[in-house]
Amino acid sequence: MNTVAAALQGASADARRESAAGHSVFTLDQVGVRYGSAWALQSVSLTIGAGERVALVGPNGSGKTTLLRVLNGLIEPSAGTVQRLAASQQMLLFQRPYMLRTSAQNNVALGLWLRGARWRGACRLANDALARVGLAPLAQRNARTLSVGQQQRLALARAWVLTPDALLLDEPTASLDPDARREVEALLGKFASGQTQTLVFSSHTIGLVSRLASRVICLQDGRVRADLPVREFLQGTAFGESRPSLGELR
Amino acid sequence: MDTIPQATVSALHLLTSLDPALLSVVGRSLAVSTSACLIAFGLGALAGAWLGVSRFAGRGTVLAVLNTLLALPSVVVGLLVYLLLSRSGPLGFLGWLYSFQAMVLAQTILVVPIVAALTRQAIEDADRMHGEQLTSLGATTFMRGLLLAWDERYALLTVLITAFGRAISEVGAVMIVGGNIDGFTRVMTTAIALETSKGDLPLAIALGIVLMVVVLALNALVAVLRSWRERIDGAATQVARVGVG
Repeated sequence: MNTVAAALQGASADARRESAAGHSVFTLDQVGVRYGSAWALQSVSLTIGAGERVALVGPNGSGKTTLLRVLNGLIEPSAGTVQRLAASQQMLLFQRPYMLRTSAQNNVALGLWLRGARWRGACRLANDALARVGLAPLAQRNARTLSVGQQQRLALARAWVLTPDALLLDEPTASLDPDARREVEALLGKFASGQTQTLVFSSHTIGLVSRLASRVICLQDGRVRADLPVREFLQGTAFGESRPSLGELR
Repeated sequence: MDTIPQATVSALHLLTSLDPALLSVVGRSLAVSTSACLIAFGLGALAGAWLGVSRFAGRGTVLAVLNTLLALPSVVVGLLVYLLLSRSGPLGFLGWLYSFQAMVLAQTILVVPIVAALTRQAIEDADRMHGEQLTSLGATTFMRGLLLAWDERYALLTVLITAFGRAISEVGAVMIVGGNIDGFTRVMTTAIALETSKGDLPLAIALGIVLMVVVLALNALVAVLRSWRERIDGAATQVARVGVG
């Protein structure tokens, strides 16, 4: 394993997190994103600190996925400014993870290899990560033949092995059956159990939000409609008469 | 001139007796087209993969030119390569005119746009679906192109077969730059043209049958590959949908 992989895996990642503790990892100031003539995000200003577990909620088309893509640096805002972690320190997981036509092990090792690790070392670490998500027996299976739940766990292993400071997830349990949902949720809880790992996820599932998030950002029509601790969100007091129904968010 | 039934019987005799002259022409045709396709695939697939993932000013114009080149007439390619390789041309010093290399060069130029355009389409579609995930994993634009090309390898194999079909069935370019020299640059298509004009139908028909069989076999291979790929992807999708395991 070379120095890049060692940095990803070893003490430097912990040191990085310790130095980040208490600091903001994402700062958005008046951010707007326009697709053609339509604004997907408008005047979004927020700060996400290290170790926070943030749920993005809101109806379809409210801008949740766009916000995650802005945080990950996949798109640059049309307006406003973003301060974010370096690409190597964060990872975005998509609703339907993309798996290459190769083994589960190779899919996990790929991220390490792309960030400079030697292939053999990357495979060793990939096996460890697969064991962590309970997929070690399927390491040599073609990843495309795994179930959606298994692929989501595989995507988590692929993210985990990179030891990101922030994990961004776009509706991570949306297309999973109840068992797979519980497994993925448990793994996310494990990831977010540290004090400094930041978790930002979008979801329509109130149960997931209540169990995993410490803070909820509610989006509507590309704007932040509410930004409050999860308890207040669940009580619904912060919205007054205009609060969105929970059903609307599911 | 033989009647058509007589010529057909003679052609079948040439085929079943593995006539050396026939085999020589068939072998040369396959060698020229295989060489051209492998070179064209190396160049075209790389260019197509890059075009599929990159965004730059003037990309639309490049794609328009590329799509125009898909319909490039083979005689125009032949003329271009002839001008390049003729004694007074810029590549005249190579001494390739009326040689195997000249035919390979002409067919390569002819099929590179096909490989590049079809590869570009396959990679761009894949990139639209999955490119961001690879970027999030840490892939650069170049690496994203390579990874998607590798992941779309079955689609690219179909592209290669399509290109081979185009190369082996063209006649204009190899006629101009190869000269149709017996035992040297004569390939199936040029031999068919010559033997037909001479009225020697048995050899022309025999070569025509071989050419048709080659093209049919290629199309069958494409169909088999497509069905195999759909079966694999379909099975994977079904497993994913059912949520087995």
